[in-house]
Amino acid sequence: MLKTFSLGGVHPAENKLSAAKATEILPVPAEVVIPISQHIGAPGTPVVKKGDEVKVGQVIAQSSGFVSANIHSPVSGKVFKIDDILDASGYKRQAIIIKTEGDEWMADIDRSDSIRKGITLSAEEIVKRIGEAGIVGLGGATFPAHVKLSPPPGKTCEVLIINGVECEPYLTSDHRLMLEKGEEMLVGVSLLMKALSVDRAIIGIENNKKDAIEHIRRLVSGYNGISVQPLKVQYPQGGEKQLIDACIGRQVPSGKLPIEVGAVVHNVGTAYAVYEAVQKSKPLIERIVTVTGLSVKNPGNFLVRIGTPISALIEAAGGLPEDTGKVIAGGPMMGKALASLDVPVTKGTSGVLIVPEKIAGRGKTEYCIRCSKCVSACPMGLSPYLLMTLAEKEIHDRAEEEKIMDCIECGSCSFTCPSNRPLLDYIRLGKGKVGQIMRSRIK
Amino acid sequence: MSVVLITIVSLAGLGAIAAMILYAASKKFQVFEDPRIDEVEEVLPATNCGGCGLPGCRAFAEALVKADDISSMNCPVGGADTMNAVAGILGKEAGAAIPMVAVVRCNGSCEHAPKTTNYQGAQTCAVVSALYGGETGCAFGCDGLGDCVTSCKFDAMYMDDETGLPVIIEENCVACGACVDACPKNIIELRKKGPKSRRIFVSCVNKDKGAPAKKACAVACIGCSKCFKVCPHDAIEMKDNLAYIDYEKCKLCRKCVPECPTKAIHELNFPPPKPKVKKEEPETTPAE
Repeated sequence: MLKTFSLGGVHPAENKLSAAKATEILPVPAEVVIPISQHIGAPGTPVVKKGDEVKVGQVIAQSSGFVSANIHSPVSGKVFKIDDILDASGYKRQAIIIKTEGDEWMADIDRSDSIRKGITLSAEEIVKRIGEAGIVGLGGATFPAHVKLSPPPGKTCEVLIINGVECEPYLTSDHRLMLEKGEEMLVGVSLLMKALSVDRAIIGIENNKKDAIEHIRRLVSGYNGISVQPLKVQYPQGGEKQLIDACIGRQVPSGKLPIEVGAVVHNVGTAYAVYEAVQKSKPLIERIVTVTGLSVKNPGNFLVRIGTPISALIEAAGGLPEDTGKVIAGGPMMGKALASLDVPVTKGTSGVLIVPEKIAGRGKTEYCIRCSKCVSACPMGLSPYLLMTLAEKEIHDRAEEEKIMDCIECGSCSFTCPSNRPLLDYIRLGKGKVGQIMRSRIK
Repeated sequence: MSVVLITIVSLAGLGAIAAMILYAASKKFQVFEDPRIDEVEEVLPATNCGGCGLPGCRAFAEALVKADDISSMNCPVGGADTMNAVAGILGKEAGAAIPMVAVVRCNGSCEHAPKTTNYQGAQTCAVVSALYGGETGCAFGCDGLGDCVTSCKFDAMYMDDETGLPVIIEENCVACGACVDACPKNIIELRKKGPKSRRIFVSCVNKDKGAPAKKACAVACIGCSKCFKVCPHDAIEMKDNLAYIDYEKCKLCRKCVPECPTKAIHELNFPPPKPKVKKEEPETTPAE
């Protein structure tokens, strides 16, 4: 029996259409749009102004707090303007727009393909380098990576867990990364281990990526302390708490961070970015994005510069199919539908999913029939039907008691509901309100 | 016989002891409450709407009794009549409350602001606005799912099916402000009711620059400042590409209304423009 997490979970159709497609490098776009907030935490502060010449890898927005991240120019050229642009949600956010001229990189970036395995830096230097390179969690949550590598005083990390689960249906960017850049990724894992001073790392990979499991298993023999843990396919196994449960059988207590049970989780994409940042001095300026969908002509995985418009990616995958109903940034479970295709790829864009019209809509909302499917599906052991009602009726104190803040917004409840009830919509609303109340209490 | 007697005597004794304990307790633990609170509460409308800023009419009554000066306190539901009655009970001076009314500062109907996306999630404005900018190209305007209508306790609002916008029934609106709080886009404002309910306001809250605002909605305020320049009373303020009419300063001269190139300035309850030559006929009341 393969391991998996102990509570709830669902298994949507996997539809990994682009799993066998090698990563293609997309040409540098003529113009990039770089939002100054691409991570959880404080937005960056722009340090360039209109008309400035920038090189690839130059810092254009400085981290503005502990939980924040630097942003680097993904192209060389001239800063066209710094303005408010529509982001993926249809609201205006500040962004730096750069017109590309040539492809001139910062001098210290090593662009060769050779793999540098030797680790010469100390733990502090590695964390500092990661912070400078603006690396954030590339699984989609975009939490600044250097913060997770600085455990709070009194807490020690025992094991590093690497997330190669990619539990979202359709997405294959992590899968391809493990197959194509496995060696580099493992050097990145070793770097993270050194930064956390742990001697054990587990790479969790779901069993629908047998080739990746085999490939990484072969490679880890050359590394001390790293092992591969094949996992049963179950959504949302890529969630931090679920993955810890699946790999080492420990449950993170409510309201606490993984470090409480001695674990830190990073994504395989993040490990690769760490390798590039530390060994090659290359900041986070590009990422692999899966462009996929049932009616997409040429679903694939593309290595693109941050700031490339989503429309360019769709073009590369054979254009927008005629029957498109919606386009989602991310996977079908946790991704966000886009209000416009002109929005750029950001650090957190793991995929672009094009959904045909006939399956894009939600079903008609019916009454709750008390089947408790949502309760069985919830990986956090919550009662989604109850939380929805509490949020709807604004009974915030009770919602807090029912641990609404534990919700990881995986959407398993909404997915499984036979009455198509907008469970997660309301729970998210309630979380926002309860969070506000809790913060006001601290002050 | 003796059994009956014993029963009566012992029960009567128990009753007497209990009565004494209760009497003593009621004296010992008595809490003095100003009887005027009950009197004041009696004249308040008992809607518990929170329009006064306090949680319910009882709390307002307590505050009124406690306050030295009640001239700045107002019950928007009861209005001047209620406040005068309260002032009479308490022997204090009631302030001159200005009647207010809620106005919807968005005219982005289906016709003016075409939909760019199709939203199917939870049917409440609170969820939509947290998720994204809304179904139209304007991220500032009405989401059209009626959170304001749900919040209204006075049947003073409904959603117009044709425009998809909320409509305020002036006669019922007591300006309690529930809809103002309920609207996640802050498009509803309490404004001075004005003489004969006549009001002028800018019906747009889009802070975008002119071109994108106009592109998203045909009747958006584009921040051209034409109204600002024409206003003789200095009542219009330009901020964030948006004109705002200060109802304290506005003299309802209506000079700004025809200036607006996008017809974003609304006038309410004014008589139709007079024909130039003929005088308006006086209203005649039918004889009984």
